[in-house]
Amino acid sequence: MASIKDMVIKKDINFMGARKIAYIVSGIALLISIISIAVIGFNYGIDFAGGTLFQLKFEKTVDVGMARDVLKGFNLGTSIIQQLSHNELLIRTKKISTEERRKIIKALEAKFGKADLLRLEEVGPAIGAELRKLAIYAIIFAVIGILIYVAIRFDFKFSIVAVLPLIHDSLIVLGVFSLLHREINIPTVAAVLTIIGYSLNDTIVILDRIRENLKIVKRKDMEELVNTSLNQTLSRTLNTSFTTLIPVIVLYFLGGTVLSDFALALFIGIIVGTYSSIFVASALLVDWDKKTRVSNKKRVPSAKRA
Amino acid sequence: MSKATLLRIRLVLVIVVIVAALFLFYPPKQKVRLGLDLQGGSNILLECIDTPNAKVDNDAVNRVLEIIRNRIDQLGVAEPTIQREGTRRILVQLPGIKDPEAAIDLIGKTALLEFKDENGKTLLTGAHLKKAITSYDRLGRPIVLIEFDKEGAKAFGEATSKNVGKVIKITLDGKEISAPVVQEPILDGKAQISGNFTVESAKHLAILLRAGALPVKVEIVENRTVGPTLGRDSIRKGIQAGIIGTILVLLFMLIYYKAFGFIADIALVANLIILLGVLAGIKATLTLPGIAGIILTIGMSVDANVIIFERVKEELRSGKTLRASIDAGFAKAFRTIFDANVTTLIAAFALFFFGAGPIRGFAVTLSLGILSSMFTAIVVTKVILDYLTMSVKSLSI
Repeated sequence: MASIKDMVIKKDINFMGARKIAYIVSGIALLISIISIAVIGFNYGIDFAGGTLFQLKFEKTVDVGMARDVLKGFNLGTSIIQQLSHNELLIRTKKISTEERRKIIKALEAKFGKADLLRLEEVGPAIGAELRKLAIYAIIFAVIGILIYVAIRFDFKFSIVAVLPLIHDSLIVLGVFSLLHREINIPTVAAVLTIIGYSLNDTIVILDRIRENLKIVKRKDMEELVNTSLNQTLSRTLNTSFTTLIPVIVLYFLGGTVLSDFALALFIGIIVGTYSSIFVASALLVDWDKKTRVSNKKRVPSAKRA
Repeated sequence: MSKATLLRIRLVLVIVVIVAALFLFYPPKQKVRLGLDLQGGSNILLECIDTPNAKVDNDAVNRVLEIIRNRIDQLGVAEPTIQREGTRRILVQLPGIKDPEAAIDLIGKTALLEFKDENGKTLLTGAHLKKAITSYDRLGRPIVLIEFDKEGAKAFGEATSKNVGKVIKITLDGKEISAPVVQEPILDGKAQISGNFTVESAKHLAILLRAGALPVKVEIVENRTVGPTLGRDSIRKGIQAGIIGTILVLLFMLIYYKAFGFIADIALVANLIILLGVLAGIKATLTLPGIAGIILTIGMSVDANVIIFERVKEELRSGKTLRASIDAGFAKAFRTIFDANVTTLIAAFALFFFGAGPIRGFAVTLSLGILSSMFTAIVVTKVILDYLTMSVKSLSI
């Protein structure tokens, strides 16, 4: 902790000097994510793909291999069997009828003793498609809402550099999920939306400081000004990310099966989001500023203020 | 009024708010409404389906709703919710249900009772039933006794008269329950159905027959059922994760920010109390994702305090007095805190409006957590700092 403190007090980290490296890192991460999403695609969970999922607790110790053999007899195509504890199984199949499910449970009970149905989820394909549509609407709504809010409170330029990193963060989180073949369910979408809000939170604190410093020193070099602002807000940025990561990590390990994917998405998102608020948003602002200054010099200066 | 009196009033108000919040959610077992994913229960979405014989219309859906309500009432579920969703869907929520499989059978069955002759021709249906009760035959096996109304009794009398010595099949939704041989014409409209019933299955058949057959076919398009053990387990894990997360964040703040950290810790605990109080107060339903939202809030809520403290630190470094630094720090931090939190709120609102089921609980706790953390940072932290600076001239940060 002391080293972070020292750096902050010295306030001399040249973040913007490293922005070319940041662009390359982000570019590669984005490329891998997009390729993975395009080629491997998403492993939609039951919420979006539809299907039947049931979690059973048996009297005796279970064996996944034996359970798989039992399921083979039912001709279900690809189904997923996961062992949650010595006597617990989670089974996910395509949507099957109540009768068929009961037959499967009976057959499993013959092997592992009486079963207690802990959880049952059935989602029809039409519902899955509807939920997928709603998830996309929610993300679009959130991004547009945020874009408008930042544009009103700051200005257009700020709102673009604030929102671009959000797309960067969401794509990378989804890319990692695609690469790891992790299931995408409603909680994952909730995590992505939370990350959008959270990452922006970081960015806004930084942009806010840049705006404030701009008022104090009007004609300062943008790169230097952004660096100063980043250094001024650095300890807050890191501390907040750290205090948010603590419960997320606890949630990942202690939250149970339902919340572990959710916590994982948040974990990746918070780290990527913290990185992107420091490097992506600020770097975009610096380069945008450079570009407009250069083109303003070339052309006739516009009378209207940007 | 002097500054000291004003401060004292603010302090009292803050304490009142916190105590009120405590009262609102304590004891949590009674005050906090749990979602189906935590208390156990079934959330079932039904869709009415067109068949060649019966097309779905508004009237049919309403009748389906009534019949299903009847069936569930007779099953004895505490506080079920049965409501229409859109044009042809019905949402059924059964909290704390012990046997979800039986509920699925009761809800999803059309329950068309038919009496057929040997050739499969339908003689009459359950539409003319007046009564259906469970009983036992002479060997003590469960049976269902039925009684037809006047019209039904007449038809049944004719049917049995024509088929003496022959079999009459009794079917439910096309599935044969029993096929007794008619000994003599039955003219009083009373009959008994004896299949291979258990006490439970006889009871369920009687319920289905009493409530009547659905006018159209229904299909379960979504079913999310959580058993009571898993629900309890989720609550236990959630509380555990919440406590450990809170302790770790409290420790971090104390170690990193020392005296300010201690104040932030008080604010964090106050924030949790207020958040839970508001949740219980507005009777929001706490779901598993909702618990995740609260846990996330623990980490995010110190943010506002961190922003303030970092600001105050900067002001101190620029040579101002503690008192002046606190005022300047708060003034400058306010706008940042506001803007930064509104954006998270926008994302949470999006989730609330487009999300369904338990995930809405996450949007609710996250939004409330953000609001209460803003309140505690701006009001509670400020009061504590103001109170301390009346006597203390420097603070270790």
